[in-house]
Amino acid sequence: MRRGLTATLATCALALVVAACGGGGSKSTSTSAASSTPGASTAASGPATKLTLWVGWSDRELDVFKKVVSEYDAAHPEVTIDLVGGIDDDKITAALRSGDGPDAVSSFTSSNVGAYCSSGGWIDLAPYMQQDGIDANIFPSTAQYYTQYNGTRCALPILADSYGFYYNKGLLAKAGATAPPKTVAELTELAKKLTTRKADGSLDVVGFDPFFGFFQNTPTSFAPLFGAQWQDQNGKSTLATDPSWAKMLTWQKELIDFYGYDDLVKWQAGVGDEFSASNAFETGKLAMNLDGEWRVAFIQNEHPDLQYGTAPAPVDEAKSDLYGTGYINGTIIGIPKAGKHQDLAWQLVKYLTTDDKALAELSNGLRNVPSTTSSAKSPDLIPDQNFSTFIDIFNNPKSSTNPITAAGSGYTDLFTSFLANWQAGKVKDLQAGLAEVDKSIDAQKEQAEAGQAP
Amino acid sequence: MRSLGRRDVIPSARRASRRRADWRRRGLVLFLMSPWIIGFTVFFAYPILDTAYLSFFHYDLLSPPRYIGLDNYRFLLHDDPRVWPAIKNTLWLIAVMVPARIVFALAIALMLARIRSGAGVARTIFYLPALVPPVAATLGFVYLLNPATGPVNKGLGVLGLSGPNWFQSPEWAKPSLVLLGMWAVGNVMVIFLASVLDVPRQLYEAAEIDGAGTFQRFRHVTVPAISPVILFAIVIGVIEALQYFTQAYVAAHIAAGQASQAGSVTTSELGYPLGSTLFYPILLYDAAFRRFTMGYASALTMVLLVVAFAVTYVIIRRSRSLIYQEGTQS
Repeated sequence: MRRGLTATLATCALALVVAACGGGGSKSTSTSAASSTPGASTAASGPATKLTLWVGWSDRELDVFKKVVSEYDAAHPEVTIDLVGGIDDDKITAALRSGDGPDAVSSFTSSNVGAYCSSGGWIDLAPYMQQDGIDANIFPSTAQYYTQYNGTRCALPILADSYGFYYNKGLLAKAGATAPPKTVAELTELAKKLTTRKADGSLDVVGFDPFFGFFQNTPTSFAPLFGAQWQDQNGKSTLATDPSWAKMLTWQKELIDFYGYDDLVKWQAGVGDEFSASNAFETGKLAMNLDGEWRVAFIQNEHPDLQYGTAPAPVDEAKSDLYGTGYINGTIIGIPKAGKHQDLAWQLVKYLTTDDKALAELSNGLRNVPSTTSSAKSPDLIPDQNFSTFIDIFNNPKSSTNPITAAGSGYTDLFTSFLANWQAGKVKDLQAGLAEVDKSIDAQKEQAEAGQAP
Repeated sequence: MRSLGRRDVIPSARRASRRRADWRRRGLVLFLMSPWIIGFTVFFAYPILDTAYLSFFHYDLLSPPRYIGLDNYRFLLHDDPRVWPAIKNTLWLIAVMVPARIVFALAIALMLARIRSGAGVARTIFYLPALVPPVAATLGFVYLLNPATGPVNKGLGVLGLSGPNWFQSPEWAKPSLVLLGMWAVGNVMVIFLASVLDVPRQLYEAAEIDGAGTFQRFRHVTVPAISPVILFAIVIGVIEALQYFTQAYVAAHIAAGQASQAGSVTTSELGYPLGSTLFYPILLYDAAFRRFTMGYASALTMVLLVVAFAVTYVIIRRSRSLIYQEGTQS
């Protein structure tokens, strides 16, 4: 008995240790103010209050963010800001649960806003917005949608992401293509033409990798290409009932089979990390790719000589009117319930989300889409042809995001697990499989909304 | 005439004094035991009881726990599609990794026991991998077994063989973890080595005189003599398999190699590829520290507790007759 008990305790202890390890390792970058500047707040009379801000950016991107935050810091002597980068949603959730989190926090995963709002982990910002006369309509409608849940606005958008198509001009020219593909059929044909193999038969250059889990390939980023809908008007999952999903998955699997599943997995294992200078698109090992707008800045920083272009992603030829649209999500920022300085945190959040100059500066450095309608037209934005593609996609009224639910990103997790089996050829009956996932997603949503087990 | 008992002649004052002395002695014992009692209560009894209690609640750490009866257990046994694959994977570990590690450790120990010169160096070399932190060892193995760039597959390629996708393959991911486990088998190997060296030489000499060959001496002398250590290794191995986490968790994330939404990690990467490395403790971790369904995680923990107890109990009961002990028949 004792051994059994010990085993369980040890398991718990192990899990605790691992969780604790997962919570550490973030790069703390204090940006304390050196001096105040003209026009700064004069509210401070005592020592400056330390505000902790968590963000997901790291390395070069964090430096850009740090610069903008330090300008606020310098202008507001009543606060000193401790900026912590490299934060993901696991760490955010852990901090919320521990009750000892930062004063303000941002997340790359806007679909988790449902979990943050419905749990009360992030406070409702509506009273602050009303108090300061901030109208939610300064944000585009999609950004308004992914920063609230069931009418509770517990987050605001701080820069946005739109997904488009990157193509290597040199490789396309070699294959005789003069323009990027506009339909999925054109994409498939070109992808096959651009693919080359080594002497041993293994893949060398891949035309287009449709593998879910590779880089930014997720069902959420692919769905707008086929106009696939996640749920019906009653909020029920429609993976099986919307034929666009089956069409998308059939195309995706056929292209994987063209490469060979094992060959593609092996090629992916050999190409570099997505967020490094050895990124497969940047090194010319991947001719075309679906990616977010931030890649423009990465390429500029890591491979400025790369001859590439951007365009809206190819769409289902039966829905050609979708061309020009794309998947949109964005970074969200909120104030945790446990935050000790919520009023001061709001001032910081307001600055980062509504100040056009700050947003333009962030956009220039990060090459993320500025998230207020006015900042997207700001003269402070440095023009860039490749980047402007993504601003256009973001502003396209037909561009879409995925539904916000109480289960956060749980439904995409369920679907992605199914897709892993699908693309490996383990699913014999696609329709039946999709129907099963629908059932699981609906059950999960029901549980999350009711707060029932587990 | 009844003789007077000693107690009858002790005055009541002395009896009271003795009682006080007894209480003082008990108090001293209690005081001396208090570190253990406090440790047991705080780190053992309370967590177990609290875990059992929470397993009947919905608890997300944000709102107060809400009683939901057996719903967590119902979800675990009927609705959670990941539970049975996780149990199957864990049983696979027990069935394959535990015997593989024991056989490998014993083989190394037997080899080292025969070495006459340089024994110390050889023992150190074979023990060293056990000192490597599990995360570092796993990172190293994922690199070595990278199907495209790893030296193992490159070496196989030179021989004209096409290596598997190792950690990227659902068929090979668990065997890759077994290889990693066998490489870091030093702790078990050292215990086997000590027990093998402890087998009385005269037993081997007697067996040799009786005409026993190498295998027979191993079968009829070595194995019975070290059988208690083998049992120990089995029990510890099974418990470790039931708790297997770090290597599988790290390998899955590194082998998955790709992020999803701008650097975040998805739950689907747990158990990558295709859930082949989703072991029970990983499921437990996911429920507790990623989804923060603490009530459900408590239910998972209670099931693990019962299974660990049952498996250990069965092993010990079944092996009693197989274990050689001084003065008994093996």
